[in-house]
Parts: sequence; C-alpha cells; structure tokens
Amino acid sequence: MKQRILLFTVAGLVLAIGGTFLLDPYRNYLLALIAAHLCAIAGLGLLIGRTGQLSLGHAALMACGGYGYALTVNATETSVPGPLQPVLGLAAAVITAAVVGLLLGTAGARLHGPYLAGLTLAVVMALPALTNEIGGLGGDQGLMVAFRSVPESLSRLIALEQWQAWVALTVAAVVLAVLSMVDAGRTGVRMRAVRDDEVAAALAGVHPGRTKVLAFVVSAASAGAGGGVLCFVDSGVRPGGYGVSLSLLLVVAVVVGGTGRLAGAAIGAALVVLLPWLIGQATSAVDLSPELARRLDGNLAVLLFGLLLIWLTLAAPAGLVSLLRRPARRSRTSPTEPSVTPIPTLEKDRQ
Amino acid sequence: MERFVFLVAAGTADGVVFALFALSLVLIWRSTRIINFAAAAMAVAACYLALATTTLTGSYWIGLLTAVLTGAALGAAVERGIMRTTQNPLAGVILAIGTVMVLQALTGILAGPEYRPVPTPFDDRPLSVAGVPTLSPYDLFAITVAVLLMTTLRLLFTRTSLGLQMRAAAFAPEMSRLLGVPAARMRTIGWILATAVGALAVMLALPGDLGLHPHAGDALFVSAFAVAVIGSLDSPEGAVIGGLLVGVLISLVTGYLGAGVAPLGVLALLIAVLLLRPAGLFAGAEARRV
Repeated sequence: MKQRILLFTVAGLVLAIGGTFLLDPYRNYLLALIAAHLCAIAGLGLLIGRTGQLSLGHAALMACGGYGYALTVNATETSVPGPLQPVLGLAAAVITAAVVGLLLGTAGARLHGPYLAGLTLAVVMALPALTNEIGGLGGDQGLMVAFRSVPESLSRLIALEQWQAWVALTVAAVVLAVLSMVDAGRTGVRMRAVRDDEVAAALAGVHPGRTKVLAFVVSAASAGAGGGVLCFVDSGVRPGGYGVSLSLLLVVAVVVGGTGRLAGAAIGAALVVLLPWLIGQATSAVDLSPELARRLDGNLAVLLFGLLLIWLTLAAPAGLVSLLRRPARRSRTSPTEPSVTPIPTLEKDRQ
Repeated sequence: MERFVFLVAAGTADGVVFALFALSLVLIWRSTRIINFAAAAMAVAACYLALATTTLTGSYWIGLLTAVLTGAALGAAVERGIMRTTQNPLAGVILAIGTVMVLQALTGILAGPEYRPVPTPFDDRPLSVAGVPTLSPYDLFAITVAVLLMTTLRLLFTRTSLGLQMRAAAFAPEMSRLLGVPAARMRTIGWILATAVGALAVMLALPGDLGLHPHAGDALFVSAFAVAVIGSLDSPEGAVIGGLLVGVLISLVTGYLGAGVAPLGVLALLIAVLLLRPAGLFAGAEARRV
C-alpha cells in the first residue's frame, strides 16, 4: 500500500511539474496558490471525513505556519546557508501549527458536539489581536521575509513563478502522501472506528480522545505546511489574509471535493483559488458602475460558494465528483464505494 | 475604584445582551442539538431591514419590531428550507456555514461594506450616581427588555402547554409524536423564537459598537458561544450567569488592557472552561453518556 502511494505521489508530482512548462507565469503563480491551499484542504478533509470533527480555524493554523516560516527564515538569515533556510522554515511551519493544533485539539477535540468548531472560530477571530499583542509578529503589517529568486542552476531554464510552483507542488505532494499513509494505515482505521461508534471503539481498545486529538494535530500540521508555502510564495505573512472567510472557504473546498476524499481536495483547492479570480475577470469585462463593482468584488464569490455549499450538502454529500461520475443511476440500493464517505455524524444523539 | 465600578456596570449591560444572544443559541441547541452558527448573520440581516424601516418611518420602535419579525421569518425560512432536511449535526453546522456565507454576501452586495450608525431611542451617555459614572438610560432600557424577555420565555416553557410540548418534542421527539405533539412544528417554533430573540439581542447590542456592518455580529457570536458553553449549552439559567460573567470580564479586560485584547480574553476563558470543566460551569450530573 505504501509503495503504491509513493509511486502515485512521485508520478503525480512529475506530471504536475511537467505541466508547469505549459503555463504562463501568472498561471504558475495561481498553481502555487492552489498547491498551498491544497495542503490545508487535504488536512481539513481528513479531519472532517475521518473523525467527523469540524474546524473553522484552519486559516489561523495556516497563519501559524506562515509565522513559523517567517520567524525561522528571518532568524537564520546569517547563520544558515541560503538554500537551507526555506527547508528549515517549512519544518518550523509544520511544527508551529502542530503544537498549536495539539493545544486546541486537547481543549476541543476530546469533547462531543460543536465545541471544536466554536473554539476554532474563536481562535481565528482572535488572530489579529494575537498578532498585535505578541511582540515580534509585526501587528497588522505582518512579517516580511527576504525575496527568494530561482536557484542559480535553474535560472536559465525557468521563471520565478514556475520555481515557486515547483516548491509548492513538492510540499503538497509530500503532505498528500503522508495524509494518504495515515489514512490507509492503523491510525486511519482507528479514526473511522471512533467516528462511527466511540463506545465500540473504546471497548476495542482504541482511545477515542487520543485518536481525535492526533487527527487534529495531523490536520493542523498540514495546514501549517500550506501556510509556510504561502509565506514562501508571497514573501511574507499578514494576519488580514487569514480571517474567518478563508476558514469558511476551506470548508467549502472540502465539501466540494467530497469529505474524506483526498483526490477531491485538489478540485476543491482549484475552485476556491480560481473562482474568485474568474469572477474578478468576468466583472471587469462587464461595464459596471465603480460602486457596484466594489460591492460585487469578493461578495459574489462568497455568495456562490455559500449556495454551492448548501446545495452540495443537501444533494451530494460525497462531493461534486460523485455527481459527475454517476449522473443517472444513483439508486438507493447501490452500495457506496468504501473510499467515499458521506458527511459523517458529528456525535451520537445524546438523549 | 470609580473606573472599576463604571467598567463593571458597563460590563453588566453588555453581559445581559450576551446572555440574550446566548439564549438564542441555547433554544436551538435544546430542540435540535445543533449550534446555529448562522445566528449572527441572520440577526444582522434582520437589523439591516430594521435600520431601513427606521430611516423610512423615523420611528425606532417600528424598526425594532421589524427586526424581531424579520428574525422570526428568517428563522422559519432557514429551518423549513435548509435545516429540516438533515438530522445530522455535522451537516447542520455545514449548512449553517453556507447560510452565513449567503447572508453576509447578500448584505454586502445590497448594503455595501460601510459601517452604518444605529440610532438609539434613549441617551447613551452614562448617568452619574454620587459622582461615579454608571449605566446609561439606553443600558437600562436594554437590560429591562432583556430581563422581561427572559422572564417571558421562562414562563412560556414552564407554565404553558406550548412550552411543555416544545420541551417534550426536544427531549423525546418520537415519543411526543406518538402522544400527539406535532414535533416538527415545535422545532420550527423553536427556531422562530430563537432567531427573533437573536435579532433583538443584536439590535440591542449594536449602538455600543461601531455600527451596522455585514460582519457586525461575528464577534458577538463568538462571545455568545463562549457564554453558552460556560453556562452549559443546555441551560438558560447558565446562559444568563455566563453572559454576566463574560460581559464583566470583557469590559474589565477592555478597560484595563485595551480593546484589542478582548478577543484574547474570550478565547482564554473558553479554553480554560473546555479544559477544566467541559460540560460548562452549571451542568448537572450526566445521567447517561451513550
């Protein structure tokens, strides 16, 4: 199983990197953004699909990754050779997010019900205050990191945006491979057992609280990797970019891809990055009054995402792909594929 | 000392409004085991309509009535149109998030991103008692409305047949249906009550802040969620006590440490309660776990 996952990952990565030669620089930049969001979305998908927990704070965890990256890169600027800095930065991004995830998971994940969702929402609301109050995080301005150009040996061959896309795709591939292995391995079975019946899982020797916290930590670490990549691509991190709206978009992306389906996460990531951009293109093509254009900017995308979220949750809990795959014959008796999880139950009804 | 008294008084006024909004969450939680994450967005949408009515008619009171009625109508629409279709709590939260996105985007498109000042029916400068500034007439008005409403709700649930039926439908839907209680209708009534109360709470809370804005309810929702968790999600009494606690805490933190720290105070309190006493401070003994 592990070898298959590795094979798929390497093949996918080679294909994707080859694909970057077909894109112009701006589209490569968008591809890098998609890959960065994909890390967070895949992690959130694992959390929602396999343990039935909902986090509304993954944007804050991405921000943790961004700050971890920025602080490390800035701290090691003189002591560590240049090419090693981003690697250390990304490791720090993952660790920072995982530690914060452990704290949040311990407070919220052990419990039933909507506690984790509310707690993580409170975290993402408090993020601007946190960056203002903790010295060294730069307040509203955030942190900047030194601009990184293409390595010497590649600079003749590819442009900056393509290099950024390569780095982002590589990180995303590693994250996806790790998440697939967790999902396919023992931990994945435990997570599903806890999701389906906590008492039965506990009787079978699975510790429900520990399993849920572990899932949250893995998911947070993925989000941290995504945030680190975003900081690398944008040469900085600002708290304004990681608000509630990004958190909600990540949830939309997970539901669009189908909860618990890692491959679907890519579709979700592409949608949340590309749809606002496409709408921006469309509204600027149509002749609108400046006031109306300002109001539509951003809001129209959120409106569409909200409608999509409601419609998909009601009509196709297994994601957009399931609609494309079996358009006509979705009979009631046909068994669901094992890899596809409809939205799981958050908790047993306690009455 | 004067400052302390003033901050506690102001915090009490805020806390009563928090409690009212938390009560709106508790009402829905009790009947459906769903936290209505769309509560703030629905209330804010109702307040926009209320502000439009007030501007049109010149009367604050007609605006207030509009907020309550719109809140009730939105509650019925969301429950019947969206929430009814699922019994699954996680899907319920996701649907509520979708509702939030739709409502906030619509208010953003229709009303624009500006902060709109909200009129107050009474003076909102604090009255001085023996030289110490305390509550303003507006605070007193908000407290009176909130306390009246909470008393009415309590009477409704404990003394009327409707309240008994609602409690029965929430506690044991199958059994109460067998006994002739229209459980589905009771759920809808629960939502209507809750969202009307939520709209009223946001309407009362608005003048203290910057004004009306598509995201004006977000911070209030987080505070109210903290209140509901602290008071244990099931208990209206807990919501009231938790509301006063959180209101005073936020007011003290804001007064002594600065307005920017307030969300951190709420977050710290929420984490502390979840780590130490996850069922809430006022939860009764749990009779059955499964």
